[in-house]
Amino acid sequence: MTHPMIALTDVSRTYPGGVAALKSVSLRIDHGELVAIVGPSGSGKSTMLNVVGTLDRPSSGTIRIDGYDVSELSDNQLSALRATTIGFVFQSFHLAAKVPALDNVADGLVYTGLSRAERRRRAAAALKRVGLEHRMDHEPHELSGGERQRVAIARAVAGDPPLLLADEPTGALDSVSGTGVMELLHELNAAGTTIVIITHDREIAASLPRQVRMRDGEIISDSAREPEPVESGVT
Amino acid sequence: MTGVERPRLYPARMRPRDVMRVGAVGLRTRPLRAFLSALGIAIGIAAMVGVVGLSSSSGAELDRQLSALGTNLLTLSSGSTLTGEAAQMPVDAEAMIERIGPVEAVSSIGKVPEAKVYRSEQIPEAQTGGLNTYAARLDLPATVGATLRSGTWLNAATERYPAAVIGADAAQRLGIGAAGPDTQIVVGGVRFTVVGVLEPVALATDLDAGVLVGWPVAEERLGFDGHPTTLYTRSEEAKLESVRQVLAGTANPEAPNEVDVSRPSDALAAKKATSEAFTNLLLGVGAVALLVGGVGVANTMVISVLERRAEIGLRRSLGATRGQIRTQFLAESLLLSAMGGAGGILLGSGVTMGYALYSGWPSVVPAWATVGGLAATLAIGAVAGLYPAVRASRLSPTEALSTP
Ligand SMILES: Nc1ncnc2c1ncn2[C@@H]1O[C@H](COP(=O)(O)OP(=O)(O)OP(=O)(O)O)[C@@H](O)[C@H]1O
Ligand SMILES: [Mg+2]
Repeated sequence: MTHPMIALTDVSRTYPGGVAALKSVSLRIDHGELVAIVGPSGSGKSTMLNVVGTLDRPSSGTIRIDGYDVSELSDNQLSALRATTIGFVFQSFHLAAKVPALDNVADGLVYTGLSRAERRRRAAAALKRVGLEHRMDHEPHELSGGERQRVAIARAVAGDPPLLLADEPTGALDSVSGTGVMELLHELNAAGTTIVIITHDREIAASLPRQVRMRDGEIISDSAREPEPVESGVT
Repeated sequence: MTGVERPRLYPARMRPRDVMRVGAVGLRTRPLRAFLSALGIAIGIAAMVGVVGLSSSSGAELDRQLSALGTNLLTLSSGSTLTGEAAQMPVDAEAMIERIGPVEAVSSIGKVPEAKVYRSEQIPEAQTGGLNTYAARLDLPATVGATLRSGTWLNAATERYPAAVIGADAAQRLGIGAAGPDTQIVVGGVRFTVVGVLEPVALATDLDAGVLVGWPVAEERLGFDGHPTTLYTRSEEAKLESVRQVLAGTANPEAPNEVDVSRPSDALAAKKATSEAFTNLLLGVGAVALLVGGVGVANTMVISVLERRAEIGLRRSLGATRGQIRTQFLAESLLLSAMGGAGGILLGSGVTMGYALYSGWPSVVPAWATVGGLAATLAIGAVAGLYPAVRASRLSPTEALSTP
């Protein structure tokens, strides 16, 4: 690969009102990585993930996603980038109520321009991939929390995006379901998807190949760049 | 970091069917609300289509009546003299008019004022019921287009005998259902057999409350003076105006101004014009109902956008462009009002058909009303949905997603 999956250079994000949620952050994540973002509440993790996912624009700095300079793209082109390149997994699943799992996943592909038949075919394949082939016609309220999150993951990966961003995907799950979801994300990563996961769970973070630590809008450590900083033992 | 040239990004176009499917999401998840707000539109459209349909149907019925009755009937009636007394037409007025070239038929009746009508001898004098006795010519039904509900019209034999044909109102007031040898009434103190009952006569409504007897028997038994009081003429349609101008002078050369000439079909046509004014009023009411329905749709859409912020955020994260979000909510609004419009058109047409069937009218729902109704609905849907749709599309994805 000639370009990294994610490249942030001096990225800042200041919210109206003056909260500097990101302060000149630089980060490079290559294709195929599996990265944990950790840090205390309010440290800017979600803000960074939103900026990386092009849902939000930075106040300054440059962002390249899969080689595209985000600041040069129009809103429509960003939408196209999200449709083809980025999958999102949210803490609260965001599944449509009263809609069977298969359609929840298939409808996620509606902005890719695929035909309905193809969308349903890919949705079925994605649900199989997350181990829910026996729950395709179940509606969200008929699924457990872990199953719901797996449906949401199936929706995020049905279009085969090279990048998957997950903001506390296990945050709403018990530890057993959480472990299942993490196993699934490991499998997806093994199959080539670049995955960035925000997590509060130390165990989960430790189980991932790379950890990026944040505090007060800054990256205070990155296991890929430097040996564990000495200060980290203080906490 | 040097940039790598990457292929240009284009958002995929949504297929029309997908636009519809996505637009229908809100309707499927909240069917009752969708139904109720579509109902508002439906009522407005139904009112308008129904009003137009009913007035078109009654108009078609009038046209049908007019073409069946003919518009070439001119009626002459004796008015009043300059001093205000009842004027008299000459006895030979009929014969004079027959000589006018374009006149095709003439007939007449002569009022017999002294001959009061009673159901039987036992009925007190006061209860005449406002019925009039007329001496009638034998060709009267043919000329005015009268038909019999029961029994027969007078003929050369019965016009000499105490036989009467009564109008539709007269039959009702006298309580007579059908003609027959046993059905008798008292006219001017003489027992008359009712040989016929007329249907209502649209072009000669005087006859409806009339008791018609033969010219000779009226003169012999009821003291009729032989002067016609109303003449009915049919003329060539093309020359109707010129005939109209000479009628009064021909009928009564000495006092043409004592003769009133009228064209009864004009009265029917005027009825249509007044019903059109009424229709416009009702259309206005329907338009207000439609407007209220439109406000209902707008309200539903605003609430829908507020409630579905998280869904909007999710769709943006899945790659929906602002335009696609806007389209989704516009489509929802259009679907909502189109459903209401279609329902309203069905309802309005149904009411029209039902009422027309019930009244024996031809049922007519003009195409312009249907097309116009649907166009109005879509316009309302577009206007009602535009603001909520634009608001939805302007929502920032992160803000939308963070809504609980
Ligand atoms: N829309 C916003 N407007 C203003 N300030 C915001 C907004 N969103 C976040 N912030 C602030 O920015 C900072 C970083 O927020 P962010 O959500 O990125 O934290 P986080 O690391 O994801 O926290 P958590 O672990 O609790 O999710 C916080 O101080 C927060 O209050
Ligand atoms: Mg967060």
